[in-house]
Amino acid sequence: MSLRILFFASLADIAGTRETFVDAAGFTTVRSVFEKFAKDFPKLGNHRTGILFAVNSEFAGPESPIQDGDEIAFFPPVSGG
Amino acid sequence: MFQLVRNPIDVRKITDEIQKPEDGAVVVFEGVVRNNAMGKAVRFLEYDAYEPMALKKLEEIGSLARREFEIRDMAIVHRLGHMDIGECSTVIVVASAHRGPAFDACRFAIDKIKEIVPIWKREFYEDGEVWIEGTH
Repeated sequence: MSLRILFFASLADIAGTRETFVDAAGFTTVRSVFEKFAKDFPKLGNHRTGILFAVNSEFAGPESPIQDGDEIAFFPPVSGG
Repeated sequence: MFQLVRNPIDVRKITDEIQKPEDGAVVVFEGVVRNNAMGKAVRFLEYDAYEPMALKKLEEIGSLARREFEIRDMAIVHRLGHMDIGECSTVIVVASAHRGPAFDACRFAIDKIKEIVPIWKREFYEDGEVWIEGTH
């Protein structure tokens, strides 16, 4: 099993994709997953407006636990309306 | 009615669907694409969304509004993709017996959309484009 990772708006531009999958082994919290991608894409780590997290379509904090099969989304502050 | 759509929004159709004989007030809010932002001329916009979550959050706003205000029903439709100046990106329709709660719930809904619904706007200018992050 794996984690489905989603990026939106400017973060999708930085990551060069909207969707990717990673092996869930070794990841316990949202933060641990984010840190992996911040290493791959340094611009994510110092994103100017901050980054929001969601697990399975619900807002989540950095310490939220994750499970095999979860969908984890990273995105900037919203600007709809 | 809570929807994300990719084609122009038919406001009249939404109000016709929402309004019932017992309503004394129907408040309609339309968010429209403006030709300028922060002093720059805007040519057009694109909206992107985390669609399943955005839809869930629109429904959540509807439930919150119905709990908080004395309204009978609410509809929110947000359009995604390319939009030209003057086109409508968001429509909120609130129906209630009286005008007060309908105005209040409508204001609550648009403010909440700008806070918790994962939708992003990209502004296109003569000399480039920018993802807007957060509300000004």
